[in-house]
Amino acid sequence: MNKHVMNEAIGETRLDRGTQGVIGKGVDRYEGKLKVSGLAPYAYEHLAGEDVAYGFVVPGAIGRGAIKSVDASKAEALPGVLAVISGDKITRASSQPMAPAAQTIDGEVFHYNQPVALVIADSFETARHASHLVKVEYEAKKGRYDITARETVREPDPMPMEPVNERGDFEKAFAAAEVQFDETYTTPSYHAAAMEPHASVAKFDGDTLTVWTSCQLLESGVGQIAAGAGIDQEKVRVHSPYIGGGFGSKLGTSPDAVLSALGAMTVGKPVKIALTRQNVFQATSRRGETIQRIRIGATRDGKIACFAHECDTTNSPGNGFFEPSGISSVFLYAGKDRRIAHNLVETDCLMTSAVRAPGEATGMLATEGALDELADRLGIDPIEFREMNEPEVNPQDDTPFSSRKLIECMDEGAKRFGWDKRPATPASRREGEWLIGYGMASASRANSLMQSSAEIEMSPDGRATVRTAMTDIGTGTYTILQQIAAEMLGLPLDQVDVELGDTALPPSSGSGGSWGANSAGSSVYVAAEAVIAQFAKRLDVEADTLTLKDGHAIAGNRQIPFSEILNGESLSVTGTIEPGDTSESTHQASYGAHFCEVAVNAVTGETRIRRLLTVGAAGRILNLKTATSQCYGGQIWGIGYALEEELVIDTRNGLLVNHDLAEYHVPVHADVPKLDVVLLEERDRYASPLAGKGIGELAIAGVGAAINNAIYNATGVRVRDYPITMDKLLAGLPDDIDAAA
Amino acid sequence: MRPFEYARAGNVSEAGQLAGRFIAGGTNLLDLMKLEVEAPEKLVDITRLPLDKIEDTEDGGLRIGALVTNSDLAADPRIRRDYEVLSRALLAGASGQLRNKATTGGNLLQRTRCGYFYEPSQPCNKREPGSGCGAIGGFNRIHAILGTSDKCIATHPSDMAVAMQALEATVETQKTDGSTREIPLIEFHRLSGDTPEIETVLEPGELITAVRLPKSQGGNQVYRKVRDRASYAFALVSVAAVVKMDGGKIEWARLAFGGLAHKPWRNHDLEAALKGEAPSSALFDKAADILLADAKGQGENDFKIPLARRTLKAVLAQATKGA
Ligand SMILES: Cc1cc2nc3c(=O)[nH]c(=O)nc-3n(C[C@H](O)[C@H](O)[C@H](O)COP(=O)(O)OP(=O)(O)OC[C@H]3O[C@@H](n4cnc5c(N)ncnc54)[C@H](O)[C@@H]3O)c2cc1C
Ligand code: SF4
Repeated sequence: MNKHVMNEAIGETRLDRGTQGVIGKGVDRYEGKLKVSGLAPYAYEHLAGEDVAYGFVVPGAIGRGAIKSVDASKAEALPGVLAVISGDKITRASSQPMAPAAQTIDGEVFHYNQPVALVIADSFETARHASHLVKVEYEAKKGRYDITARETVREPDPMPMEPVNERGDFEKAFAAAEVQFDETYTTPSYHAAAMEPHASVAKFDGDTLTVWTSCQLLESGVGQIAAGAGIDQEKVRVHSPYIGGGFGSKLGTSPDAVLSALGAMTVGKPVKIALTRQNVFQATSRRGETIQRIRIGATRDGKIACFAHECDTTNSPGNGFFEPSGISSVFLYAGKDRRIAHNLVETDCLMTSAVRAPGEATGMLATEGALDELADRLGIDPIEFREMNEPEVNPQDDTPFSSRKLIECMDEGAKRFGWDKRPATPASRREGEWLIGYGMASASRANSLMQSSAEIEMSPDGRATVRTAMTDIGTGTYTILQQIAAEMLGLPLDQVDVELGDTALPPSSGSGGSWGANSAGSSVYVAAEAVIAQFAKRLDVEADTLTLKDGHAIAGNRQIPFSEILNGESLSVTGTIEPGDTSESTHQASYGAHFCEVAVNAVTGETRIRRLLTVGAAGRILNLKTATSQCYGGQIWGIGYALEEELVIDTRNGLLVNHDLAEYHVPVHADVPKLDVVLLEERDRYASPLAGKGIGELAIAGVGAAINNAIYNATGVRVRDYPITMDKLLAGLPDDIDAAA
Repeated sequence: MRPFEYARAGNVSEAGQLAGRFIAGGTNLLDLMKLEVEAPEKLVDITRLPLDKIEDTEDGGLRIGALVTNSDLAADPRIRRDYEVLSRALLAGASGQLRNKATTGGNLLQRTRCGYFYEPSQPCNKREPGSGCGAIGGFNRIHAILGTSDKCIATHPSDMAVAMQALEATVETQKTDGSTREIPLIEFHRLSGDTPEIETVLEPGELITAVRLPKSQGGNQVYRKVRDRASYAFALVSVAAVVKMDGGKIEWARLAFGGLAHKPWRNHDLEAALKGEAPSSALFDKAADILLADAKGQGENDFKIPLARRTLKAVLAQATKGA
């Protein structure tokens, strides 16, 4: 078995040499043409033209209670209805990432609009109408819907971090600090709102089940579907070749996956289920709302002595996942005495789970605002303040950083942005009706490597095919795997094919936590090394001395085409990457800095982003174009989180009020200015054989805070309750409206 | 969506007799039918009727056919020249794709965006008379502050209708018996009162055939829409203003407001207070006082009261500049 365990730093690799010259290049997407021409089938489009049935989820009508009875007689009487499935096996919501199974309803309603039954009919329209005819009787119970009420507080699971991280004695240090900062920030619940709604198609052939679904993590997905359908995992195959965005909401399988399988079992033919946009909001998963208290003790000249970040967030009964808002506070800034702590407030709302950059996305809205506030109180430039508190090693446990270019990102950004032209005092620059302000914030995103395997098959003509059960959720995975294989093997890009999204292929890390590119990419690296070793053996040379380019192996003065080495046969090898000691011996994260100019309307408080620059450092950039696109996406999410996104919970009954895209506001084109992204050269030799780190979630971390800080600079109003909608600014805006017009 | 009968109206007089719910662009009705918030037994497709022209009228105004799309109306050179406020209001609404489908008649009759109206398991007097109002005491950020009742606090979401209100438009209709009438837009929509399910003065089966705009009186025209994102969001507050200046004084002003009430709002006292006066901050405050004298916040939407004041003042400042 060709396996690389990341126990030590990687030395120089073929990727560093770049003989083929394709790694890092901003080449077009491997599957781009298929997607723009409509030829890339998404989950729901499979089995087009076949004899299939359609499922529609019946949403419950109360927030919490027991299901007394389900009367499906009217629905079943409707011509075209094949079955109505109710009972305990119906799934509550999506499965938690990597959980063995999704939670089932077991006769209860755990959150408003939870699935309570499934209708299957011969057309989507019939199933949808029949869903309204299913009469459910409930016995309502009092529910807990308000995080601030803290009715039930419990400890979360230690995933993805320990809920409590302490060092020294924070309380004592804080009491003694010259300057004490103590403010509380809140962030609302958010929804991933991926463009492709969650959808599945399930088909039985005998006792084997095939499910086409939109899922980020296929390995655990198979188990979740098998468990939900009550069949053997060995009998389940899952396909997810193309995914229209996941953002964490598709880490665990969504209700349609299990329900389509249950449906297909019941009606004896394939069943398709596409969640409606409303279902997606109501029955998959969401990001928990947070209350975050930040306390920082500092000296008058700006040295942070102690740092505390204490967070409340929510989840529903039986769920231990928590939004780890303090994840970057553990290591981002210096300070001897520290306390980062999380509590879970149990509520009876849709379960919360991972959404893009769990932790950083909400936590840095708070901490990076707090840093700005404290710098302002101390009269120190916010960049200088951060630089003064740059730790040399991880302040939590003194491990060295594997690589960290936070200061370089800030300095480069300041130069490019023209930070020196920032209005020195808040609310001092005005252009007609518009108040102008600049703001910045740091970004960081913890890095991780996961076990992953890939196969490379060299066909006799010298072409390579990469195969792994990895997914591409729109990030560019196909393309970077193609580039890695091409660079390693010395092949032009068009000589490399990539097959993903099928559990019959070697098991993979899947896409999540920004680990996908490094994990799956490293498995391709390992497989390629194994191919090269075979080539070297056949040519009787040391692998190191082989140069590979354009489908030829060059050894000394020999230049041999691959087809000749392969000698009419194909060659297939599998490579596996495993995390090792470097995950413990170094602290790994990607870093960045955001710079923003806003204009706030002095009359209405409407905010417009004028400029947004992100400088990032995430180790080796595998494809400049897809990496930059990831950053654009993060920036746009940051605009949404700063200004408009909020999944509104009616705390009287748990209803998610704005459960469609007309009222759950994500940024539209007019909200987004020209975006600038600069990625610094960096290699992180502890992170993976690719020397890269995660980038998919880096850019969302902190962007919203940079916007918040710019709004403060523009208006003199500090908002600690996201999103920063106009109502929160109005009272602090100037009154001379006629002069403004 | 409940199964329904479908009929296509071949001519205008037949449309009402087909006794069904009219469907034009379908951008509002179909969404509501999918949720079964609306469940008509019969749809009468009016899209083939010859009501898609914008014609000059004898009195120098325009007659806008009920099927003229929002996109076409906004782009019409006569609208852009003489009724600029309408063009701006239209372009501030929805998205390009929706405006291509949305019609003049359908826009007037679009229903509220109240989240509880859209959620069939919630009480809503508009959807299900007598069931209560989910928005009172709930999430009511987008709800009304003027002319509300204890039965319903919803707003009318249209931008187009607000501008038409400031332009003193009238609505031309045809009843099922073939008779026609012309309804001043100001009388067209109703306040929620005790029957929020009845939103206009239209009789069952009465077809909107056109909207008439009187001859343009000139004046400075402003449409300002305040919303939660830069585009593709309904108005929290909008103000349409047509103001005629004369020698530094306001000769007359017509103002209409969106996002504040169950109908596009107009206040004649406010307009009277501006008439003949020289623009000043004090005068604009007085106008806002009149507008908001009876304003009532519902909690989440309290901010609309100061926001409406500020927006009105800025619009007046802009519209009273120059001759
Ligand atoms: C996401 C979204 C955002 C939007 N944003 C905005 C916005 O910002 N501003 C705004 O103003 N609007 C907005 N709209 C609403 C849009 O303008 C309306 O949906 C549209 O104008 C309705 O026109 P239609 O022709 O599609 O009507 P339909 O949906 O066909 O019909 C609507 C109603 O009018 C009736 N009807 C239609 N024509 C006639 C007629 N001639 N006579 C009698 N009855 C008739 C129908 O029976 C139905 O009850 C938005 C809509 C959506 C979906
Ligand atoms: S405000 Fe009106 S539309 Fe909204 S819930 Fe109340 S009654 Fe229904």
